[in-house]
Parts: sequence; structure tokens; C-alpha cells
Amino acid sequence: MVDIIVCIKQIFDLGQIKVDATSKRPITEGVARKISDFDKNALEETLRIKEKHGGTVLALIGGTKEAAKEALAMGADEAVIYSADTDSLGTATILAEIIQKMKYDLILCGEASVDEFSFQTGPRLAQALGIPVLTYARKMEIKDNEVIVERNLETRYEVAKARLPALVTVTKEINEPRIPTLLQILGASKKKLTEISPAKPESGVETLSITAIEMKRKEVILKDIKELARVVISEKS
Amino acid sequence: MIFAFSENIETALELLAKGREIADSLKSELAAISIERHGKEESYIAYGADTVYSIDSEPQADLVVDCIFSLTNQNKPEILLIGGTKLGREVAPRIAQRFGVGCATDCIDLSIEQEQLIVKRFVLGGRFIATQRFLHKPRIVTIPPRRFEKKLDTNRNGEIIENTLKVAKSRVLVLEIKDKTSQALKIEEADIIVSVGRGLKKKEDLNLVESLAKILGGALGCSRSVAADLKWLPEEHWVGLSGHKVKPKLYIAVGISGQAQHIAGIRDAKTIIAINNDPNAPIFKACDYGIVGDLYEIVPELVATLKA
Repeated sequence: MVDIIVCIKQIFDLGQIKVDATSKRPITEGVARKISDFDKNALEETLRIKEKHGGTVLALIGGTKEAAKEALAMGADEAVIYSADTDSLGTATILAEIIQKMKYDLILCGEASVDEFSFQTGPRLAQALGIPVLTYARKMEIKDNEVIVERNLETRYEVAKARLPALVTVTKEINEPRIPTLLQILGASKKKLTEISPAKPESGVETLSITAIEMKRKEVILKDIKELARVVISEKS
Repeated sequence: MIFAFSENIETALELLAKGREIADSLKSELAAISIERHGKEESYIAYGADTVYSIDSEPQADLVVDCIFSLTNQNKPEILLIGGTKLGREVAPRIAQRFGVGCATDCIDLSIEQEQLIVKRFVLGGRFIATQRFLHKPRIVTIPPRRFEKKLDTNRNGEIIENTLKVAKSRVLVLEIKDKTSQALKIEEADIIVSVGRGLKKKEDLNLVESLAKILGGALGCSRSVAADLKWLPEEHWVGLSGHKVKPKLYIAVGISGQAQHIAGIRDAKTIIAINNDPNAPIFKACDYGIVGDLYEIVPELVATLKA
């Protein structure tokens, strides 16, 4: 039996974000949200561990009820949602405060969220809770009260283990997240969903501005393959 | 004082170049941290460090966190520059959490404005740049490898301090190391990349694109869908913000529509050429040269022309 907490961030569907023509700022009003890709892999992995070892899966979600319903439909037993407009320090503080009151053997996170790509939440949370962390896991298993993972590093794969309770961050390669059936989607509304409002934590970083990146490319359309070959030859050297 | 650390020596030298600039503008000192005795500590001075703290440990995250935390407590640096390798991206936020301070990862630019450290980093899937400042000290930053040029100055003097820190034992036990195959691709380092996307109809046709990469002496890359959804190529080939960020001299996108995440990964390419059959594909708004047409006709003909 393994009791698992999976930390999930709901993010904007990034492709839908438009740019304000004058201020160059992102327009996020009305943009749909979704569970961040690698967090979905983390959720899928917790479900596989539960199927093998028994136990419970609690989804701890920075986001709305929609994200919670999706996680519950996929197979989480229970969801807790909170909203947080803060940075990585603030997020880790909130998560650690919530998790400290819970019973768990294992915590899973995506290696990063696909909007910020800051890779901070998992390592920070483990540090805050004082538990070991195994990052960038592409495979994992639980055995004799230990977690063994294969980590995807720059030039090598590293097989490493730590005693439970521990935190693991997973990569995209670890699995293919399931798509819930209609029955599971309907069943999700019967599961426990708690909404909590943590006090606004202290941030470590202040964002002064966010502006769209200007493209400075030539955008020349070539007429034929001869021209293409000429460009390739001149640009490759 | 400013600290610079990367377990990767090349990355460490790059951090020292940027660290030197920042230290000079703040009239501060720059110290390099070396976690294992690799014998290259002298070079850290020639590349910008005033001091090298040389520790006889190993580049294992638990140990690195402990070492840098202790050294930071002893020396009270204002800024920590950490190489944005996989190890660096784990240890930087952990050290920041121990101090209860912020951390900005993968910073593409750092500057000092009115004695304040201002950093820039990609956000919202890489289409936007956020400008940020820190609310506490130490200010902790990671910088991706190959972001800045290292700078040699053989006239520099400095001091190597051998530090015997007592660090706790790692709670993560390494059982086995499997090297990625020797021909394992480091696409970040390629000068020429030919990448393929959804325009390819079947896996067998990868040959086609590979032959173009080969004749140019380049590496084969791919879009998200080819690596993550279709799994036609391993993760090492995946170019994009969630894959690998690349900065080749020449990037040729074959049958890639050019979604924001992909474009964000090739932003630093010098020249981008796109081959796509859809004239409205966003890649044509993000390339230097584009040709509209069927890749199955264009690529073989291009290869034949280049061979001739």
C-alpha cells in the first residue's frame, strides 16, 4: 500500500494566448486552461503505482474544479484545489503547508510546468518537507519501502533509489496518460473534492514586465529548389 | 561577493565571464565554487574568478546543496550564479528554498540597474520574456549552458582556497550509470540541424530527411509530435521548448508547422529555412527563407543538387 500525493498545476492553453498589439503583453482573458503536460504524466504514474501496490492517490491542484474533475476522472481518489498567484517560493510554501498535515509515502510532480519551465516546484517542495528528491525520472518502481528511478541526465541515465517518503519528478517519457471513459467522467463528480484558500505566501521574485518576443526573421519565400540549394550552401558555411 | 558554480567546467567558465561583469559593476568579488578536485581550479582564475573554493566532494545534488548552502552562510554572497544543467536546475531551487528566497531559472540575460540584479527569462511557453527582480538576498539565478562566451585573461591573479566542509551523506543512492550510446546526439551543440515534423507520412521516410542532414554534416532533429506522440525518434532529437533548445548556424525545418513551443526552441538559430506544403503554416512567419511545396519532392531534389 502506497499513499501518494500528486502535485498538479493548471496552466493556460499556451497556443491560445494572443498578444496585445500596442503593449505587447499577453492577453489571457478567456483563454482555456488545462493540466500541465508533465503533471499529467505524474498523475498517470501515480495511478499505475496504485494499480500495482494498492493505496490512495490524492491530487493537489493549483487550479480550478475543471482540472480536479479531470484528475478524478482519470482515477485519483480525492482532489484538493487551491488558487495561488505567486512564484515558485510561494507555491512550495503553500504545498508544504498543506502536505505537512497529510499522511503520505510518496509525492510526484512533473519535472517542470510547460508554461514557466522553471523546474523548481518539486525540488523546493522536497527541501521544504525534508524528504529525498529524485528528479527527471523516466522509469520508476516501488520496492521494499524504497523508490527506484531511472533518471534522464545529459549524457547518461542514472538508476538511483531513496527511502520513502520521497518526492519524484517525472519526465514526459515515463508514460502515456490515459484518457478517461465517459463512465469515469460521470463518476468523478461523486468523489471528494475540497477547495482550500491558503493565505497569500511571500514571493521571492517580482515580475516587472512580460512582453512578447519580436520576430526578426527575413521571411523570404524562395521560388524553386535551385534557389533553395543556393541559400543552403551559402548559409551552411 | 558573487558565487559561480557549475559541475560542468565549460559552463562554469561561461558563468565566470558574466559573473566578472556583474562583480565589476557592483565593485564586488567573484568566487568560483568547485565541488570536486578536477585539477582545473587554476583556470577558473584565468577566466574571471578572484577566489576559488575548492571542495573535495562529488557532483551529487544532496552534497552540492549542502556545500553551497554552507559556503553561502560563511561568505554571505549577494548573488549565486548556477549553471543550468540538470544538476544545477535541481540544486538552485533547493538552496533557494533553504534560504526562503526566490530563484530565477534559465535566465537569458542579467544586468545591474541601480545596483539591482535584473534578469530576463522566457515564460508562457517561450513566446514571452519576463523581466524580474529579487525581493531578498541571496539572489539565485541559473544560466543555461552556452548562453555567454567565456573570457580568458592570463594576467589575472587569484587564490584557491581548499575548503574542508562537513556535508551530510546523500539520501539518494546511485545504483547504476548507463551511458547514453556513444553516438548519442547532443543536438544543442550541432552547427547544422535538419528537423522533421508531422509533414512526414511514415517512420520509414525518416531516411529522406536524414540523408539531407548527412550531406550537410548536420544533426537530425524533430518536432514534438515526432518524438513525443509518434515516438519515431528518441527524445534526444526533440527540438523545442519542452525538448532541446538549440542555436545552430543553420536550421532547416522540414514539414514542421511551427508551433510556438517549437519556435521558442530555435529562436537562437542564426538562419532558419522552412520547407512546408502549407503556405499558411506559422513557420513561414518565423523563418529567414521558406519554400512552399511537398517535402517528398523538394528534399530528394535538394539532396541531389547538393551532391552534384
